[in-house]
Amino acid sequence: MDNQRNEPRIGFYVCHCGTNIAGMVDCPAVAQYVSRLPNVVLSRDYKYMCSDPGQELIQQDIREHRLNRIVVASCSPLLHEKTFRGATEKGGLNPFFFHMVNIREHDSWVHTDKQAATEKAKSLAHAAIHRVRFHKPLEVKQVPIHPAVLVVGGGIAGIHAAMTLANAGKKVYLVEREPSIGGHMAKFDKTFPTLDCAACILTPKMSEVGAHPNITLWTYSEAMKMEGYVGNYTVTIRHKPRYIIEDACVGCLECIDACVYKQPKFFDEFNMGLGKRKPVYIPFPQATPQVVLIDPETCLNLKTGKCKKTCVEACADRKAIDFTQKETFSEIKVGAIIVATGFKSFDAQRIPQYGYGTYPNVYTALEIERLVNASGPTGGEVVLRDGKKPKSIGIIHCVGSRDHKTNRWCSRVCCMYSMKLAHLLKEHTEAEVYSFYIDMRTPGKGYEEFYGKLLDEGVQFVRGRVGEVTDWAFTKEEEGKLVIRVEDTLAGYVRRIPVDMVVLATGLEPQADAQEVRRRFNMSCGTEGFFLERHPKLAPVNTFTDGILLAGCCQGPKDIPDTVAQAGAAAAEALVLIDKGHIEQEPNTAFIHEEDCSGCKSCIPLCPYSAILFNEETRKAIINQALCKGCGTCVASCPSGSIEQNLFDDEEIFSEIEGVLAYE
Amino acid sequence: MIMKYSYFPGCSLKGTGRSYEESLLPVFKALGVEMEELDDWNCCGATAYMAVDEVKACVMASRNLALAERLGHAELLAPCSACYLVLNKTKHYLHDSASVRGVVGQALQQADLSYSGNVPVRHPLDVLINEVGLDEVKKRVRHPLKGLKVAPYYGCQIVRPYATFDDQYNPTTLDRLVEALGGSVVRFPLKTRCCGGSLTGTLPEPGLLCSYIILKEALARGANVIATLCPLCQFNLDGYHDKITRKWDPVRIPTVYFSQLMGLAFGLSEKEMGLHRHFIEMPALAASAAA
Repeated sequence: MDNQRNEPRIGFYVCHCGTNIAGMVDCPAVAQYVSRLPNVVLSRDYKYMCSDPGQELIQQDIREHRLNRIVVASCSPLLHEKTFRGATEKGGLNPFFFHMVNIREHDSWVHTDKQAATEKAKSLAHAAIHRVRFHKPLEVKQVPIHPAVLVVGGGIAGIHAAMTLANAGKKVYLVEREPSIGGHMAKFDKTFPTLDCAACILTPKMSEVGAHPNITLWTYSEAMKMEGYVGNYTVTIRHKPRYIIEDACVGCLECIDACVYKQPKFFDEFNMGLGKRKPVYIPFPQATPQVVLIDPETCLNLKTGKCKKTCVEACADRKAIDFTQKETFSEIKVGAIIVATGFKSFDAQRIPQYGYGTYPNVYTALEIERLVNASGPTGGEVVLRDGKKPKSIGIIHCVGSRDHKTNRWCSRVCCMYSMKLAHLLKEHTEAEVYSFYIDMRTPGKGYEEFYGKLLDEGVQFVRGRVGEVTDWAFTKEEEGKLVIRVEDTLAGYVRRIPVDMVVLATGLEPQADAQEVRRRFNMSCGTEGFFLERHPKLAPVNTFTDGILLAGCCQGPKDIPDTVAQAGAAAAEALVLIDKGHIEQEPNTAFIHEEDCSGCKSCIPLCPYSAILFNEETRKAIINQALCKGCGTCVASCPSGSIEQNLFDDEEIFSEIEGVLAYE
Repeated sequence: MIMKYSYFPGCSLKGTGRSYEESLLPVFKALGVEMEELDDWNCCGATAYMAVDEVKACVMASRNLALAERLGHAELLAPCSACYLVLNKTKHYLHDSASVRGVVGQALQQADLSYSGNVPVRHPLDVLINEVGLDEVKKRVRHPLKGLKVAPYYGCQIVRPYATFDDQYNPTTLDRLVEALGGSVVRFPLKTRCCGGSLTGTLPEPGLLCSYIILKEALARGANVIATLCPLCQFNLDGYHDKITRKWDPVRIPTVYFSQLMGLAFGLSEKEMGLHRHFIEMPALAASAAA
């Protein structure tokens, strides 16, 4: 590879990308322009540079024309820098003698004037030709990877991802902040469109997780802090005190019977407040782990210290109750992290005209899930808050979805779960059921057929966004009822439909603390607040931070089949990473010329990745190459100019700028 | 604390809604809010103009905004809901549309006027809640409105299409004011429903039905007075009881301005508050206010 050190011999390629680039940039003109620049040995335009023949062209040219620098003007380096570096390497050059120019995202896609876009492409190419002359050979380093995976969130996404990894023989930590895993799915009664019981398909998976030798399950715990880098993350887990020694509790529930509160009287979170629980409780019968917990807000002993502690007596020799428990912390090392933190149900009170919180018989869909459930607060009997059976029920779709005043997005599951609830409510009550929809969205296997079935069952579908739910009666029939006012856009008039029960199909939105979690795991959020995938089509479970993967509704609303598929994909991506045993580290990191460093420490707080340390002995800063992401902040800030960055050193950057400016 | 505002009365407060002005001026004065009436103001541009030619309506409104800017107080008070809406709508149009700005600018120029776009238009209820504060109001209450059951009725124009100082669907500023005056508020889901607007004059059948629904529901909910902040609402709900009774059934309940309730609570007389101008008398109100 002698020729790499000699006079630069540059090969230049401009890609048409079909019409993506060629439609707005005159590619042959760019190639012709570049062919006249100094050091350019060869300049071509080609339809698809990323194709196999395109890559072979580069390799062949390197050999035949003794090229020692390659420049490709095409799409974003995010997409194909790796591809072309690979081709350069196969041609016999160090891959870092390659440079990429983005004339698609930065040029053809964002301009409408072909002539100006062509000029821009030429100037960008000019800059690249200038810069590539100064490229130096660099080596990719390999760093070993920690073979364990952390899964954050124990809903169906986290459960499935954890099981997949554990079954592949990997060590998994599953962390869930609620007292039991199961997430939203555990609250559902049936699942659409097959109407199989949610608990019947979920609880076996939950107990498998609890019993799996490769899974460490931490409920009532949260991942608080993440440090490190792909393959070598250190995560701090906070364990909230449940005032029960988990290993000692056998789940006999005798303490609950023995509690000084003879009747349950506190808000039962699992049943959406429709039922009551005691201060010592188990969230639901199939909770995993089968361990009780004590709520410090309502427990007499924890609140006042004055209680007969009949629960402790009942627990007897098992000695599982420990009122002195404090929160504890664990630190774990993992190679990859799957974030599966789920969603928050839209707060229906944000739309006051639907009367949730004002009229007792307006319910959210999740409340109805509990109401129709055989293990729910009413044993599966659908009754209004006064105990009466509803004779007519209105289900309102798109509450907090497809609405520019609240959330603009379609929550994807509401049409289907509304129809499921319509079916179940009809089955349980024989009531007249109305479904108010804007558009019926049933894009899934067997979904449209389910809609057909509901039509046959006699559910009344009314197309129109409901204006309001009110209790003022206009006619005798309306008295004592909730009146749904809606423009029936198929019939073409405004209707008033009196019903006994209103169900609000609330949409899905990001968890309240999504921003905090995003920062904790160094992720991004889309405009709507869901975690952002690296690429919407081609990297749907990856994030912009290597080794941080996404599964389930934290990335966007989706139903159970899609959630499980995505969780499987996230687990597979984690396996790809850790099974390789090592990761390759980009060499575009910053390093310090120690002789020039004055030890001013100004770079240290600026580093977003905490990669810079200070050596107290030498009084110099040191950059941890494994942590450095090559952002360049320290390089720009160093007052003595003692920090340099591979691939972005002064002569490379200045010659690139010069290239743009010198273009005429 | 003295606050000074320009004041745009509009036609209603000098005509059918005189009692609104008669009650608002002394009440605001008592609270230390000075209102200086615009000199030579003109029609705000509402109803007929807005329906026929929006740009001409904007020109009408802009002249008033220009007068307010020339007068020099920071903000303009518009107590009538229709004026309040048209003036604010015009501000939006001027901000959003260069062509409206052009037409308005030329028209104003011919009258040696100009408008920079920087006069906020406020509703007195907004000023009461957000500038004066309910604590100041409470301090001046001499006769709490005990026993008065008030249906708070906001009408449409201060919440639609813009809801600048209250919730669009469930406004509560008037509720809070009535409570500060010692009255009790009935839950009134029709608080922003249509009163019939100008339909009572043009298409009486549906127009009166709107008024009837509101009056009937207020009674059904146990209210003995409806509080409003719009002259047209007051006019519709107070003025057509004979026709409504003939068509449906008697739904006699008085409709008064929030400023009148304030005046009574502050110890001013019914006469001073212009209550004698209304059709439906309020014995219940007088008795409870005196109690």
